[in-house]
Amino acid sequence: MWKWLHPYADPERAYKLSGTLFPWFAILAGLLIAVGTTWGLVFAPTDYQQGDSYRIIFIHVPAASMSMAAYMGMATAAFIGLVWQIKLADWAAASIAPIGAVITFIALFTGAAWGKPMWGAWWVWDARLTSELVLLFLYLGVISLYASFEDKVLAARAAGILAIVGVINIPIIKYSVEWWSSLHQPSTIRITEKSTMSTEMLYPLLINILGFGLMIGAITIVRFRAEILARNGMRPWVRELAKAEEVK
Amino acid sequence: MMQFDSISDFFNMGGYAFYVWLSYGVTFFCLATLIITSARQKRKVLIDIAKKMDREERLKETRSTKS
Repeated sequence: MWKWLHPYADPERAYKLSGTLFPWFAILAGLLIAVGTTWGLVFAPTDYQQGDSYRIIFIHVPAASMSMAAYMGMATAAFIGLVWQIKLADWAAASIAPIGAVITFIALFTGAAWGKPMWGAWWVWDARLTSELVLLFLYLGVISLYASFEDKVLAARAAGILAIVGVINIPIIKYSVEWWSSLHQPSTIRITEKSTMSTEMLYPLLINILGFGLMIGAITIVRFRAEILARNGMRPWVRELAKAEEVK
Repeated sequence: MMQFDSISDFFNMGGYAFYVWLSYGVTFFCLATLIITSARQKRKVLIDIAKKMDREERLKETRSTKS
């Protein structure tokens, strides 16, 4: 497997390969989010308890679940970069961090805007909310550590260690609603048993979750490619691209 | 099946208009900003590299004229 993977660890090939993958991610993400959001806002039935306020779920849950998935992706990349010293993995981790931070902020914000009409408060210091806030700070910590060092090999190591240690927060977020009594409702999507939500609400939600995942993938590719160029400014192939861009 | 009888009914969101549209609006704004800044990164990086190359070129020229 390593023999097969190795050529893709070449920055130029990774740059080109990610460029070919990008339109698939972008187009699929756009389509899925358009369908999921329209379905959720217009066609999904009104909730008998929460009325139309529950329609926030179609962005809140995708953002929240993908904020954790993106963190796992970032930590995995950081781990590969740290253990096998593959710089491309470090650059991938650095590209995910700002996206994860924005997605986490969206999860927190939409949660607050849903909490106000349902619980009567924008914010409570509850286990689920607090651990998700810690996730935002972890992302911000990784971003600032990576930005703080001129030497990007050192920067990636420092940021990578924080990213890996921060993984401990992920199961805490996931199980917070079971471990502690919480104002936050437990998950409505069940993998092993029947979900507690009607399929007319569940389908648009699943579509948007997938759409958010692909969108994060697409933006990661865009940032990853810019990061490859920034870290390889001395290479002839990058210099040729730079010359071409200057003429434009 | 459509859940709202009219456009104004849709915008009203069963009385939760403020919270629903605030959520969707802020989400849209954040994602749009993220996508635009990410898309502009590549050009900025390449222009910076090109500038650096020009500087190196000038340095080389002054050195060769002095000697």
